[in-house]
Amino acid sequence: MSNAASEFLRQAVTKSTDLGHRHIIRQGIDKYNEAFERGRARFFNWEAAREQCREVKSEAVNHLDHYLLEFEEKVKARGGHVYWAENSEEARTYITDLAHRRGVRTIVKSKSMVAEEIHLAPALEKQGIKVYETDLGEFIVQLRNEPPYHIVTPAMHLTRGDISALFKEKLGGVDTQDPSELVAAARIWLRRTFFAAEMGISGANFLVADSGMIAITTNEGNADLGTSLPRIHVAIAGIEKVIPRLEDLAILWPVLATSGTGQPITCYNTLIGGPRGPNETDGPEEFHVVLLDNGRSELLADAEQREVLNCIRCGACLNACPVFRTVGGHTYGTTYPGPIGSVLTPHLRGLDEFQHLSYASSLCGACTDVCPVKIDLHHHLLHNRRNAVNEAHRPLTERVAFKLWRWAAMSAGRFSFLGAVGRAALRVVYAVGLERSMLDPLRPWTKDRAAPPIPAKSFRSLWRKGIGTN
Amino acid sequence: MKVALFIPCFVDQLMPQVGVDTASVLRRIGYEINFPGEQTCCGQPAFNAGYWNDARPLAERFVRVFRSAEAVVCPSGSCTTMVRNFYPELLAATALRDEARQLGKRVFEFSEFLVKVAQRKDVGASFPYRVAYHDACHALRELRLKQEPRQLLRNVRGLELVEMQYCEDCCGFGGTFAAKFNMISAAMGEEKAASAVAARAEYLTSTDPSCLMHIAGILQRQNSPVRTLHLASILARTEAANELDSRTAASGMAR
Repeated sequence: MSNAASEFLRQAVTKSTDLGHRHIIRQGIDKYNEAFERGRARFFNWEAAREQCREVKSEAVNHLDHYLLEFEEKVKARGGHVYWAENSEEARTYITDLAHRRGVRTIVKSKSMVAEEIHLAPALEKQGIKVYETDLGEFIVQLRNEPPYHIVTPAMHLTRGDISALFKEKLGGVDTQDPSELVAAARIWLRRTFFAAEMGISGANFLVADSGMIAITTNEGNADLGTSLPRIHVAIAGIEKVIPRLEDLAILWPVLATSGTGQPITCYNTLIGGPRGPNETDGPEEFHVVLLDNGRSELLADAEQREVLNCIRCGACLNACPVFRTVGGHTYGTTYPGPIGSVLTPHLRGLDEFQHLSYASSLCGACTDVCPVKIDLHHHLLHNRRNAVNEAHRPLTERVAFKLWRWAAMSAGRFSFLGAVGRAALRVVYAVGLERSMLDPLRPWTKDRAAPPIPAKSFRSLWRKGIGTN
Repeated sequence: MKVALFIPCFVDQLMPQVGVDTASVLRRIGYEINFPGEQTCCGQPAFNAGYWNDARPLAERFVRVFRSAEAVVCPSGSCTTMVRNFYPELLAATALRDEARQLGKRVFEFSEFLVKVAQRKDVGASFPYRVAYHDACHALRELRLKQEPRQLLRNVRGLELVEMQYCEDCCGFGGTFAAKFNMISAAMGEEKAASAVAARAEYLTSTDPSCLMHIAGILQRQNSPVRTLHLASILARTEAANELDSRTAASGMAR
């Protein structure tokens, strides 16, 4: 078992039995579900909207080379810089070198999962540069020295009381339980950093090819301040974020908002196309876009799972996932938790190390039903399992067990004989009260639930005796 | 129409009453049924675990066993899904591909067959209890069966159908998931059990025996008064049977 797998199991045991945690997440997701449902009802035809988003993203992903080059050309024409990073290290180095060359001491950062993916903030901090998260949820988890719990709502695992205690400890002088006072405290605190920063780092929800602009969506306006006040703006995005046309946002923006939080539209939707122009009064002096590959082009080459690149990181599949709700976002130990993370991570970080995530699912399909770009998520988990069996390390006992199962089931006679022997043995074990003991062959089952009553006769033998035939 | 019974391997071995009740309901509404004795396992456990090369011969075998059947009825949405939705992909590169696709169209989940093929929402059953229906994932999201089991339950004499909160959430069974990630599976099962209790259901029913086996095991460990019973076992109950034998309340997966 990989290190990641044993850590996952260890955390999963803790979180599954943590009723307080389960309650907080359930409450949060219940609220989200209400809003999501109201949001979907606002669409004339939600299914048609999903289909349209899927088509837009598929067109972009299928012609990624074309649209990315178009995007680059347009950004450069307006005086921006585009850097193609093949992996995390190249992206980190480009940004840390740039910060170093420009004498940057302070950075304000808005929400970016790609920045998490490449561990950007720790790399900058190592150079002695202060990085401030300006999204409220990210700000909170940064104060706790934690990764985001959820890709859209990073602090969903915390109660008002937790945040109050955290602010009291970390932001001197703040002592309140009132949500609006807590938000105000964070705002005052962060406002200073916006004015102090020489560089703003943002993600990008979309890279618009025909206009050469990045589209950023936030509810707090923090990205707007963070990309216009500092003199340098660096945007970082995965290459799959490109979309063909500006008008595609007419469907993508509302669908992203609805799937993310249930809102009709997110509060701030901003398009940025370059540094401050000669006759403009605001905006940064320099504008850089870092395009990250980091395994994505290999996924692009996989015809079966290419559509995973359609993901717009709305978080809907996390909210729909009963496993996510049970084990929580941190247990995954990945940048992207939940169903999309379980599908994507083996591609980004290796199948052998992260195959367990494909198995940590009941394949219930709730994720696929909510995905706004219609990624066949739970079937890709199945595909990853198949790939794991064919290409990666699986336990020998499991390989042998399925060979034996196949051998037994290839003959009805063998199958019913072995079934009868097994049932007879189980009946003895349970008759003498050994259920759940080390001698119980069904212990993996009976550890957590009672064994079913083991019948003396199988259906086929009842049928042969005429029971059920009349 | 003659109906072939597809009794999932674990139902055959562990929950035979579900098979008996399935047969009895179908016969009561006038179908002639047979049980192809060569059937074993459809291959889903291996397929879901990623062992497609071990699942494939079982799938091919299944297609051969049922190839002459006019209609196949299965008291499990999950095993029906395996044949209808996954065989075409699993057998894509084999000679049986087209035949598997055709067979998939003739394999029906039990409630689906009753409502859509037999066009019977009332099968003359009687079950005077408060019952909640658990939407099993494969029936709901792979076969898109939401109303069919409910329509059948609403037409059972004396039965009060109650909707539980989170009825569409997975119960946590998930095949090998239940053993490999038992702690997650059990937590999900506890949530499902809690929903049934909150709905004050006397019985929890579903189209999938595997979900019920899992939920029943959880309920039993909690000493809960809520019992589980497969949809076929509820529909098999008639007024005459209720009067004759109240002992049958202990049949199938009832606790």
